[in-house]
Amino acid sequence: MARFLRLIAVAGVLAAAFTWWMTGAPDPAHGQLAVYDPDIEAGQSVFLAAGCASCHKSPGSQDDTVLAGGAALQSDFGTFYAPNISSDPTHGIGGWSRDDFAHAVRAGVSPSGRHYYPAFPYASYSRMTDQDVVDLWAFMQTLPADQTASRDHDLPFPVTIRRGIGVWKALYLNTDWAIEVPASLERGQYLVEALGHCAECHTPRGPLGALDVNRWMAGAPNPSGTGSIPALTPDHLDWLAEDVAYYLETGFTPDFDSAGGSMAAVVRAWSQLPVEDRDAVGAYIAALPPSNGP
Amino acid sequence: MKPFIAAITAAALALPVTASAQSIENAIDARQGQFQIMQLNIAILGGMARGRVDYDATLAQQAADNLVSISMLHPAPFWPAGSDNATVDGTRALPAIWENLGDVVGIWGQFGEAAVALQAVAGDGQAALGPALGPVGATCSACHDNYRASR
Repeated sequence: MARFLRLIAVAGVLAAAFTWWMTGAPDPAHGQLAVYDPDIEAGQSVFLAAGCASCHKSPGSQDDTVLAGGAALQSDFGTFYAPNISSDPTHGIGGWSRDDFAHAVRAGVSPSGRHYYPAFPYASYSRMTDQDVVDLWAFMQTLPADQTASRDHDLPFPVTIRRGIGVWKALYLNTDWAIEVPASLERGQYLVEALGHCAECHTPRGPLGALDVNRWMAGAPNPSGTGSIPALTPDHLDWLAEDVAYYLETGFTPDFDSAGGSMAAVVRAWSQLPVEDRDAVGAYIAALPPSNGP
Repeated sequence: MKPFIAAITAAALALPVTASAQSIENAIDARQGQFQIMQLNIAILGGMARGRVDYDATLAQQAADNLVSISMLHPAPFWPAGSDNATVDGTRALPAIWENLGDVVGIWGQFGEAAVALQAVAGDGQAALGPALGPVGATCSACHDNYRASR
């Protein structure tokens, strides 16, 4: 009997150790990015397409280059505050290495090995190419430093246990594409599903806060609590590809209302990107499968 | 804030406001009409800019002139205190407007400048419309970004 109990105890310790190990942050892969030449100008395009400033600029500021953070992102899990990601070495990310940055953006892990909450859309950025990560990092180092301290998130227990994010990542963090597209739509798919992280708002979430890929772009409640974020699927949105592209360029809908809320910042960024990229997004959106939902 | 304190505060804030419920409603109707006039004329110009409708120099000029005319309306009568979406139904105007009146009025001024620039080229041919409409749209979004509630 004593031996049996001892076996149970050992098994329990092993299970706990396995869970601990599994929910920890993986080691960063060092050195693999060294083969890419950084292109600062291309990095600016990645920066705009990825919408970094939308969350990381100071709330109310019109300056999209000072990434002092502070904007509140309300969710069912509490309120997140976007951190300072300016080039300040103390309060921002100026002291990071390129590998630190790549690991943060694509795996959601901090340089000290902590998990970031998926309010930071690394579950979309996980698909970012090596070249784009390298270029983005090169560009972001050219942006000004700001000494604003990052604000702590306002989260209830047990959301505060970051190890839980490890489980979440094991379940939901991957580099799969949400839908199958022909080669002609691959650029649009990359811009929408990876950099633009459109689905983070436009796709409904399951109970653990993961995107429901079976209802891809089917619209979702607004996490701020008021209204809803519109569906982009053809059974709900009858815009042509060129309508989407024109909207991203000018902010005008087909009936000449204008973009508001979070989309105003998206349009401000996308209006500066090449017309081919806006067209690619339009083509992908117009080709979405129906949501088969209300 | 506790409901009781909120009620006291709301009552205190409401004291200086002399506008009746009816006049608030009228102001909201009037400004929504104003935006519809803007939308109508922008749609005429935008349709031509996108090549959806044939360019008509006279109509384009009139639409641009109308936008300039609208931009000359003084905002204050349309935006009485208490006509925000936290206080009354039927509007998407956020309370932040009244907390940042300087910014809002500044953006309205930028709309006027963009409309004047559009007016200057609207009769010069289809190709001029798109580039001149861009700054107009940017001022629309600048306001909608922080001051209009999402649907």
